[in-house]
Amino acid sequence: MEKLILRRVDRQNEEMILNFGPQHPSTHGVINFLVETDGEVLKRATPDVGYLHRSIEKIGELVGYPGFMPYTDRVDYVAAMFANEGYAIAVEKLLKLEVPPRAQWLRAISCELCRIASHLVSVGTMVMDIGAFTPMLHGIRERETINDLIEALCGARLTYNYHRIGGVAFDLPEGWRDKVLAFLDHFDKFLVEYDRLISFNEIYVKRLANVAVIPGPMAVNYGLVGPNLRGSGVDWDVRRDMPYGAYPNFQFKVPVGKGYFGVSGDSFDRYYVRCLEMAESSKIVRQALESLPEGEITAKVPRNIKPEAGEALSRVESARGEMAYYVVSDGTNKAYRVRVRTGSFTAMSVIEDISPGLMVADLVALISSLDVVAPEIDR
Amino acid sequence: MTTRSTHEIHERLLAKFGDAVGPLSEPKIDPFAVVKRERIVEICEFLKTEPGLEFDFLEDLTAIDWPKRNVIEVVYHLLSYTHRHTLVLKVELDRASPSIPTVEGVWKTANWFEREVYDLFGVTFTGHPDLRRIMLPDDWIGHPLLKDYQEAGGWHGISNERENPLVELKRLDDAKRAEAAAAAPQPDPTAKA
Repeated sequence: MEKLILRRVDRQNEEMILNFGPQHPSTHGVINFLVETDGEVLKRATPDVGYLHRSIEKIGELVGYPGFMPYTDRVDYVAAMFANEGYAIAVEKLLKLEVPPRAQWLRAISCELCRIASHLVSVGTMVMDIGAFTPMLHGIRERETINDLIEALCGARLTYNYHRIGGVAFDLPEGWRDKVLAFLDHFDKFLVEYDRLISFNEIYVKRLANVAVIPGPMAVNYGLVGPNLRGSGVDWDVRRDMPYGAYPNFQFKVPVGKGYFGVSGDSFDRYYVRCLEMAESSKIVRQALESLPEGEITAKVPRNIKPEAGEALSRVESARGEMAYYVVSDGTNKAYRVRVRTGSFTAMSVIEDISPGLMVADLVALISSLDVVAPEIDR
Repeated sequence: MTTRSTHEIHERLLAKFGDAVGPLSEPKIDPFAVVKRERIVEICEFLKTEPGLEFDFLEDLTAIDWPKRNVIEVVYHLLSYTHRHTLVLKVELDRASPSIPTVEGVWKTANWFEREVYDLFGVTFTGHPDLRRIMLPDDWIGHPLLKDYQEAGGWHGISNERENPLVELKRLDDAKRAEAAAAAPQPDPTAKA
């Protein structure tokens, strides 16, 4: 039997070129992979992106500064808060605007809740891609509560448009703080339960440990950011290392992949870093609610926003890693150039180099462990 | 860990490359330095490997179109994880035939960034291993992020224009109303008031 298989491989009659996607549940959106396989082993997987390209950067040049804010939601609809925040910070930098402390705290609170929601989707769908269905429902159930909380805060469940240039749109509704604290009490217990349910499940661990390893230097070279970078053992978090907004006031740890069950930078590390990050986000929200300052929620922003000519880059630590907005102003009321640098875009570029030698089923693990979101790749 | 200011980094660049590196821009918000096109790879190699600078992360690579000055600027945002400092480099290209050597050999992440700039701005990166369109279909005409880009009116029979849906709804509404009026019993002209 073994000989037979070897001979068939030798004859190379098992080689196929297949389309994996664009409509495939494991590709997390409309992405196509051109997969060259030799039996079950990949020779190469070439990502083909662009199906969701809406030219958001061009739209940014055509609408005014405040008018672009709702479009930023569509850059990354799983974690739209960060896209809002990044753009707001870039324009504030152009306007040399001080954001009131309360607004900064509210930004941190909403972003960290959003990070938890996004990571829940990520770890949930990851487990589902591997083949276990139930944990995904547990994740989505918890995310539902966050969606309800954010809906109470800003009226939207997915495309928030909550952050505005100069601050945030709404103050906390009555009783919201207690609801969040009650949820976090429940959520901290949920994380332990989730680890017991699936994270340390032997089959699940075996399926991910030592699979699709991205070593630290390679991750840096390919520009991986956020949990993907930290999963490879690089200790970098924009919130801690280049602080913005209210983050210098909070105490939190930055989880780094240590090769929990295999080597550092494998799929399990990237997965588990997200689980640990959710606990840290929960801590940040607690601290922020505790120390929430009183005061205004928006700075005095001119009605007609016309920054003087210049350019600014803002970095925020999104759920998918560093998100940067590069805004160039020519002194008119429309941006001359808006550039969005997203984590998913660079994460996709690493797949072609990592894929040779992987099993077909491991490609699914790699894609979901990179946590790519199609609209964020294509913009 | 030493965090160097942009001025210090710029001075080291000047000392090494002389007039290939332009002056630091007025610190409007984020300052940048314009460098010569021919030496961009050399400069990037130096910035990545020189001890004390070590820009290991190419944060962003993009372009800006300036039809008035007849240039396309390619913008490099560099960041060093080791030293936590940043630098912005710009290269000015002729708008008629923009072309620049690739930095893919320095940072792998430049591969996709340069493909994107090629796709949306039409800048050719010489020496790039795989310079194809990335966002748009291969047979797309034009480069959308150029300021003078004109939409070609659709692609393979797929229109990029859509009638206002309200117009269509109104037409349906009017048709329905006319039908109802026609079906309604005519008032009897002989009936007494």
